[in-house]
Amino acid sequence: MYEYTKEQLDSLKKVEETRAARLGQDLKRMTADEKDAVLKAFHPDYIETAYEELKVGPNKGEKVLHELANLLQGRSRVLDMKIDLNKIDYDVDVLIIGGGGAGASAAIEADKAGAKAMIVTKLRLGDANTAMAEGGIQAADKPNDSPAIHYLDALGGGHFANKPELLYKLVTDAPIAIKWLNDLGVMFDKEPDGTMITTHGGGTSRKRMHACKDYSGSEIMRVLRDEVYNRGITVVDFTSAIELIKDTDGKVAGAVLMNMETKEILIARAKTVVIATGGAGRLHYQGFPTSNHYGATADGLILAYRAGAKLLYPETLQYHPTGAACPTQIYGALVTEKVRSLGAQLVNKDGVAFVNPLETRDVTASAIIRECKQNKKGISTTDGEGVWLDTPMIDLRGGEGTIEKRIPAMLRMFGKYGIDIRKEPILVYPTLHYQNGGIDITSDGMSGLENLFVAGEAVGGIHGKNRLMGNSLLDIIVFGRNAGKNAAAKAKEVKVKKLTLGFVKEYDKELKAAGINAKELSPRLLPDYRRKNN
Amino acid sequence: MDKMVNVYLFGKRYQVPESLTIMKAMEYAGYQLIRGCGCRNGFCGACATIYRIHGQQELKTCLACQTKVEEGMYVATLPFFPLVKQVYDIEKIKPTEQIMMQLYPEIYSCIGCNACTKSCTQGLNVMQYIAYAQRGEYEKCAEESFDCVMCGVCSARCPAGISHPQVGVLARRLTGKYIAPESKHLLDRVAEIEHGDYKALIEALMQKPLSELKELYNNRDIEK
Repeated sequence: MYEYTKEQLDSLKKVEETRAARLGQDLKRMTADEKDAVLKAFHPDYIETAYEELKVGPNKGEKVLHELANLLQGRSRVLDMKIDLNKIDYDVDVLIIGGGGAGASAAIEADKAGAKAMIVTKLRLGDANTAMAEGGIQAADKPNDSPAIHYLDALGGGHFANKPELLYKLVTDAPIAIKWLNDLGVMFDKEPDGTMITTHGGGTSRKRMHACKDYSGSEIMRVLRDEVYNRGITVVDFTSAIELIKDTDGKVAGAVLMNMETKEILIARAKTVVIATGGAGRLHYQGFPTSNHYGATADGLILAYRAGAKLLYPETLQYHPTGAACPTQIYGALVTEKVRSLGAQLVNKDGVAFVNPLETRDVTASAIIRECKQNKKGISTTDGEGVWLDTPMIDLRGGEGTIEKRIPAMLRMFGKYGIDIRKEPILVYPTLHYQNGGIDITSDGMSGLENLFVAGEAVGGIHGKNRLMGNSLLDIIVFGRNAGKNAAAKAKEVKVKKLTLGFVKEYDKELKAAGINAKELSPRLLPDYRRKNN
Repeated sequence: MDKMVNVYLFGKRYQVPESLTIMKAMEYAGYQLIRGCGCRNGFCGACATIYRIHGQQELKTCLACQTKVEEGMYVATLPFFPLVKQVYDIEKIKPTEQIMMQLYPEIYSCIGCNACTKSCTQGLNVMQYIAYAQRGEYEKCAEESFDCVMCGVCSARCPAGISHPQVGVLARRLTGKYIAPESKHLLDRVAEIEHGDYKALIEALMQKPLSELKELYNNRDIEK
């Protein structure tokens, strides 16, 4: 059971003392200028020393974080292997790389369109960030809301950098995506008359967050996985894609696969390929902990970049404001934004609320970092420091039982360590949560490379430079389905020529010419958490 | 420095800090995990684990990412369990009592030993939700099984060969699709969108200069 330190106990008392007074008053939201100021001074995206310029590839001259640069300019695994591209192990219409929500949605739609689809995933189908998304999924389906308002919310939240054609698709297809999920049997929270129970998320101007308690992503993933199996779609698990394959026309035509356990190499030929590999939290940019699943190592970005696809906003990451700061066993784990949606405030060492809990994620995270680093009002923990998230306010505001009913996963997560979030607040600090940028696509889901489609967190541009809560579960469904449909349609007209990995050698030559002697094998595939002096 | 404890990973002894979870203890000991590790946060069910504490009889079960090591803990991970998953067409089945009988008849062989409930890594009342499924009470089964992460431990302990997590997912899909009330506002909005109602409105937004968009955003009306 968790034991508080004396400093934590003293501060906890102050939080309790001020709670009644704070209940009646939420801080005003910041003005545009105030937001800009806190972002520039404290958001990790603005720390220049964390970045370096890319020396080769489609984004040459642009800056990305060191950890990503090392992989984008890393050494391909296939250079040291003897690979026979004439020995085809899998021959399919649509090859989907990645087994999360986007990959599963793409597979279901490709299958529905009559294509022979196959999912390859380096873990299991469903071991993905999708399953961990707790808060919910946005869609403007209430009478006081409209896709146009959703558009404006997401555009402002994304610092007006969202690619308009992608955002248009996201918001107009949103209610359709909810209906699709509901029709597959996803259990959304509803009133007895069928009205969807919806709440605010950071940066929303209407209550449009749909949820399945705080197992939203888990519930969606369970249903999608079940549907993939019902359809008999081939799933090759514990197998990673280590390189794309092109044909002699320069079009993407498959991937080199590696069995994660036996290291056996397998060749998949495909008429079209969908990259749905997700995010990059496990690269631990700037040393941050992460809320991401074990396989989030940006593999898809590496494969696509080496093959010549352009990235959009790869430099912008999302640090979720509320990662668990303690106990140490769950350091970095996600504390859903829904906790703030339901009324919990962010409170400093002295029991003072310092930011409106419903600012966008980047602003809230920056405000927490400012409170700790500049104002010195954080509370020390085993792994660093944090601020209080005053969870007992939820039941005080929403009535007893609100926590148990609406955020059971959070109750369970902290309950395991003897912390009852109905009675005690919890300590939080920003955690690396989401890759805002990714591979540049057009609204049909295709990247700059012919026959290479992308869906989910691996896409860049949908969310501009900062994603709103609930727009990610939405985008994996909207763009997953879109990629699946379009990849299946395209596959009908594709004739694959002779396969080649020539572009990998070319890229390696460019690296050498730029003075880079790449040693680190990329993609990373999995992080290595073994004790270093072993 | 953390106090160290002795744990036996697949029978072999390692000394690890007592603050670690079983999963982190395996990595501390030198394992590079491939199987049995997914979300590392208790949601994906990849890290089902069986353990026993030295001097005790009982075999306990847990998720490796959610459970702290203890002195004298013998650990065996269960990264895969051959659960039965029946194939069906969600559009064609209906939430009748017969459907469970057809797809998962073994649930009627339950002997009421409660091993499933005792072993559940999420602390769910598994036997109860199977009982609801037997009676065709799918909504209750869905609620009771809602927090299931499908780790499969219950099935590993079941003498009747029941695939509890699969029964749960079927009951939830039946509930979500057929039993829960329809959302009229959702159907209305979908019809409007398919009719092209919002196209012009959003396209007009897309044409506006940045300064005007910023103005609109900063002064937008926020629902209380």
